[in-house]
Amino acid sequence: MAPRTLRGRVAIVGIGETTYYKHGQAPDAEFKLALMAILNAAKDAGIDPRDIDGFASYSNDRNDPSRIAAALGTRELRFSNMQWGGGGGGGSAAVGSAAAAVAGGLADCVVVFRALAQGQFARFGQGPQAKTISGDMAFQAPYGLMSPGQRYAMKVMRFMHRHGVKQEALRAIALASYHHAQSNPRAVMYGRPLDEAKYDNSRWIVEPFHLYDCCMENDGAAALIVVPAERARDLPHKPVYLLGASGGSDHRAGAPSHNVPNYASATFASVAPHLYAMAGVKPGDVDVVQSYENFTGGVLMSLVEHGFFAPEAANDFLHLENLIAPRGKLPLNTSGGNLAECYMHGLELQLEGVRQVRGQSTAQLPKADVSMVISGPMVTPVSSMILGSEATL
Amino acid sequence: MATGKPYLSPGLPIPVAEPDGLSQPYWEGLRQGRLLVQRCKACQGWQWGPEWICHRCRSFDLDWVEVAGKGRIYSWERVWHPVHPALKDHGPYVVVLVELPAADNVRMIGNLLGDPHQAVSIGASVAVAFEHHADADPPFTLAHWRLA
Repeated sequence: MAPRTLRGRVAIVGIGETTYYKHGQAPDAEFKLALMAILNAAKDAGIDPRDIDGFASYSNDRNDPSRIAAALGTRELRFSNMQWGGGGGGGSAAVGSAAAAVAGGLADCVVVFRALAQGQFARFGQGPQAKTISGDMAFQAPYGLMSPGQRYAMKVMRFMHRHGVKQEALRAIALASYHHAQSNPRAVMYGRPLDEAKYDNSRWIVEPFHLYDCCMENDGAAALIVVPAERARDLPHKPVYLLGASGGSDHRAGAPSHNVPNYASATFASVAPHLYAMAGVKPGDVDVVQSYENFTGGVLMSLVEHGFFAPEAANDFLHLENLIAPRGKLPLNTSGGNLAECYMHGLELQLEGVRQVRGQSTAQLPKADVSMVISGPMVTPVSSMILGSEATL
Repeated sequence: MATGKPYLSPGLPIPVAEPDGLSQPYWEGLRQGRLLVQRCKACQGWQWGPEWICHRCRSFDLDWVEVAGKGRIYSWERVWHPVHPALKDHGPYVVVLVELPAADNVRMIGNLLGDPHQAVSIGASVAVAFEHHADADPPFTLAHWRLA
């Protein structure tokens, strides 16, 4: 019996996105944005959009695959998948689900997509407005603990306290995203650089997060297309293979009211070992990382849990020169990511991971054979994935 | 011990039990100035927040037990940016996550009373302070913390 793995079985052959907007500024309906991103990905892949036979998304994306399939006139729908829970933590898991469907013969051409028009619907960063509240939020909202930033700040505070991590380490993560966005015309923060003084002087949102430690809220859509590896070789772009994908969370990560046993964590303690085992690589083999920044402190813990440095080494490792393309030790968020390219709920990170392997990034590494994407720290479930060039197979 | 003026501005969501009543004993306990935590009758394990089953031994036979309102700050944050209209002009406030040694270190969320600009230390000892909102509709009580 063949080993149970996705390694090398599928490839990402097309990527596409819409223009990225500040929240509330998209001129198009969210559903239309989804269609535009999917069509752009199909065009990039050189495939007929009618051949798409599967859809995968996450975080309760509002754009139903059956409606999309009908609107696009696809020939048939064979796979309609939603990753349950975890918000942006589902990005790599959605790719994993798409890959599993393709590798397992459930579908031949699956698009992974995410569309958000926060101006047309509710914003993520606002607290609940109802008069009464029950369930887990009843233990939090009456104390003014309501938004994602407020929910995760105490995890980061505890981690920084325990390991002596300084604010400058978080700052370096923010600076890296903004640095890379300055060479990326797609980025919402293109032409709006950040320096140490601007970071230090920015207001607190919730300690330990300054304004620039927090992601943007944006409108737009992004999509990528997964097909069997053997088909990828006949398509226009250099194939980008999936080496591994892993999602989930460790023991009782969903325990109520901040009682998860491993509290000061990005939730990857059990997820990352599965990822490396499937991909057959080690942290030292990874050339470039896109790591979901809901908040910089989550990136700090994600990188630790993926084995790039020990917690005690965070202050030494997290310096801007180590984190920037092309020659940093670990180039990070090379498109600008959620902080400075677009908060496309993280899916822009998957697209950037593909671009690096293809050699098409606006902050390109000389060699990017092994490209990692980490989705949604501090939530549950989270997920991460590793892409590779032909040379890695 | 009860507090005087409410720590946060009025108008935040009022906590109520779920339609299935899972957390109702907790909220009723607070109104009486008692801090109740779930404890398994079968294995004596503590758990928080409330659930219908003991996560250690899978017993459904759970009890609500009053615990001493003494704890340690496990983590904290100071909120500056308001995300609710009621807090628009409030200014900064401190949220603490407190572990309760008397209940196997389960953690509870509350506000740390006192100067919102105060330095906060992880590990500091705190005592519970009940903030009663008897005139609210529906009435409710919050459990805050002050340095012990």
